[in-house]
Amino acid sequence: MDISNKDRARELPVQQIDVFTDTRDILAHANRAARKRGFEDWLICDVDAHHTETISWHELVQYIEDPVIRHQAMLFHDEKMGTASYGLNGDMGLKYQDVGGRIPHQAGIREKVEDGVHRDVTLSRRAMQALGVDYMVLFPTPMLTLGLHPQPEMEVYLGRAYNRWLIDKVLTRDDRLKSLAYLPFNVPKEAERTIEEFSGQPGVIGFCVPSTRHKPIHHNDYMRVYAMLEERNLPIAFHAAYHWQDQSLSTINRFLGMHALGFVWCNMVHMTNWILNGIPERFPKLKSIWVESGLAWIPFLMQRLDDQYLMRPSEAPQLKKLPSEYMRENCWYTTQPMETVNMKALQLTLEMINAESQLLFASDWPHFDFDLPQEIYDLPFLSEQAKRNILGLNAAKLFNLDPASRKTL
Amino acid sequence: MAEYLVCSEDEIADGGRKVVACGEREIGIFRVKGALHAWYNMCPHRQGPICQGRIYPEVIEPVDEKGEVRTLQYNEENMHVACPWHGWEFNLETGRNAGPAKYRLHRAELAIREGQIYVVL
Repeated sequence: MDISNKDRARELPVQQIDVFTDTRDILAHANRAARKRGFEDWLICDVDAHHTETISWHELVQYIEDPVIRHQAMLFHDEKMGTASYGLNGDMGLKYQDVGGRIPHQAGIREKVEDGVHRDVTLSRRAMQALGVDYMVLFPTPMLTLGLHPQPEMEVYLGRAYNRWLIDKVLTRDDRLKSLAYLPFNVPKEAERTIEEFSGQPGVIGFCVPSTRHKPIHHNDYMRVYAMLEERNLPIAFHAAYHWQDQSLSTINRFLGMHALGFVWCNMVHMTNWILNGIPERFPKLKSIWVESGLAWIPFLMQRLDDQYLMRPSEAPQLKKLPSEYMRENCWYTTQPMETVNMKALQLTLEMINAESQLLFASDWPHFDFDLPQEIYDLPFLSEQAKRNILGLNAAKLFNLDPASRKTL
Repeated sequence: MAEYLVCSEDEIADGGRKVVACGEREIGIFRVKGALHAWYNMCPHRQGPICQGRIYPEVIEPVDEKGEVRTLQYNEENMHVACPWHGWEFNLETGRNAGPAKYRLHRAELAIREGQIYVVL
């Protein structure tokens, strides 16, 4: 043994990661991996990351347009104790996401942030720097179940207030942060008004429908919404979530089972309606993005719909090609949570969805099943061009972003 | 081969740990039931900082003679560390995953001399 190499080990400053740990310390390994892979020269767009908008709810409610509701909401936050955020319809199972405290960044991010910069800007910048991301598309978190609110108008009040607050406090403060603005989809006329008002606003690169809702997305009431988005060349994203009140999931007693199915089921239903009702035929230039359902569901649905369609074409007379062909030509998908245990299945999935042009990297940071850019970079069966497309160039094209990398690691 | 001095043996109490950098590599040293175990701070899942995760007893669900279950329980005989990135769990003594045995932590070698703990790389 060469004892001349003897040295003193350096104790890490963070011995146990908890909710107070700085994002940059939590993700130190990710940053090291990004530098090792040379991500300085790679455009990386994170098409689905999150912030916890309810932490700023006292600010957000000040952006509610209705003066009576705004006044009520502000008084609610000034005076009531021990209550949830004004107007929101419960957590619907969110409390178990951190696996009993095992994944602290999911439970809460309580690290110190600089004064004078909005918390969500600071935290997003830290995550971008650690992950090696050039652009980050921010989505809300508890608001993802607002489509189930018993008062459709509350989705309008809060969805529009969220957009206005996000632009004012976050998007205008860093042009690397982007949003697919909240569409209050349960009130189609208000969704149209939202597109009129927020298209072209700073940081708004498209619109988002939170997928947990019971409205049929093929209803005639929505055709004007789709036409408006197609005319403006702005994508529509269907962002998945789950809720344990869904009767089809009501027998599941383990959070992991409900989460595994719930995050996929809502988008499977919407995608089935989207395709079989010929929305891609009616709006061929409208780009739909299917967010946070992972990827393994897509081959199943392609096979299933193709087989059934060929036996019953009279029930889907608008289709001119197989459902799977619309799904690989007219639809885009975000990667996370990318299922990787069976790599052969993943490879086939990426082939079936034409990942080289249709797949968009997403981290879902800071949620418990987040992914890193290295998951794409390290895939052994993709060309370098395919990896570059998935990690950033496909998103740059879809959202009309500058394709040059602009980060420092 | 290189050795890195970590600390004296008595600085890591039972149930405690010390996570250190030895050059470019990070190692977590844990004391479980009096014995020291050292693991590379690299989760086999996504290279997360496994040794900086929380420590929990193994969770079990006893099944009675009728095949029924009633409660979850902690089994203090097996202590696990959970990766703070994604929650993958490993036995601190064996390095085995809480589920499939094919996933394991990578053990680091320790040397103890004159009451001092060394990592041997």
